Amino acid sequence: MSFAAGEDVVVRNDWPETRGPAHIRTPHYVRGRRGRVVRPLGAYPNPEDLAFARPAAPRALYHVSFAMRELWPEGGGDEVVVEIYEHWLERP
Amino acid sequence: MSVLEADSEALLGAIRRLLAHKGVLSEGEIAAQRRAPCPGSAASVARAWTDPDYRALLLSDGTRAAEAMNIPMRGMPPLGVLENTDTAHHLIVCTLCSCYPKAVLGYPPYWYKSSAYRARAVRDPRGLLAEFGTLLPQELKIRVVDSSADFRWMVLPRRPSGTDGWSAERLAAIVRPGDMLGVTVPIA
Repeated sequence: MSFAAGEDVVVRNDWPETRGPAHIRTPHYVRGRRGRVVRPLGAYPNPEDLAFARPAAPRALYHVSFAMRELWPEGGGDEVVVEIYEHWLERP
Repeated sequence: MSVLEADSEALLGAIRRLLAHKGVLSEGEIAAQRRAPCPGSAASVARAWTDPDYRALLLSDGTRAAEAMNIPMRGMPPLGVLENTDTAHHLIVCTLCSCYPKAVLGYPPYWYKSSAYRARAVRDPRGLLAEFGTLLPQELKIRVVDSSADFRWMVLPRRPSGTDGWSAERLAAIVRPGDMLGVTVPIA
């Protein structure tokens, strides 16, 4: 699945680390949260495989922004921008 | 006594002497590595302030722009540069580990790797910045950039007022590593 700049996305609410050894570059605080694609950042070998010396297929990487109020109960008008791989993103 | 119980300063001293003794690294080389190679990146910021074409290159392809300033980027992760404006201020953090734009800023300051900095940057950036003496108006949006994957990020700070007519060399002298992480802003 590929995404365009400006598109609304939801980060998968998945916790692979509870099922066994895992190396994940998706911070816990954005999982299950709604954000917006800032821009595509290219494609890179999937770090989740790379970390275990497995063959790592290239995955598209996106800069995704999240409103503070989407992430934390105290909210605020600022935002956090996170690099997220395509396989962690879904359409809302 | 095990290595884990040893005094850390004594242990570091012993390792440094051993590296020198075995000819792996001299004390001079270690000292050179510990000095942040910031001049190149500060010069890059100053050039972006004075040369619109270079500014465009810096914002579109940080790696090529760094290479244009003779900063070696080969084998380094791609460098993204984010511009502070009168509506948005960027702050760089890595909540997952300690990803840092080492190619341009050298080794990170000790607090960059601390749990406190990493946790607070994404939750209470204004409170965190206040402790660095950086007080931003509410209407200026803070964009916290969590270096979570393959990019390394650097901030292009705003050129401070009162610097009209300054040469690029004079401008470069006021740009600090913290300004390029967004914890501080350049002061003329």
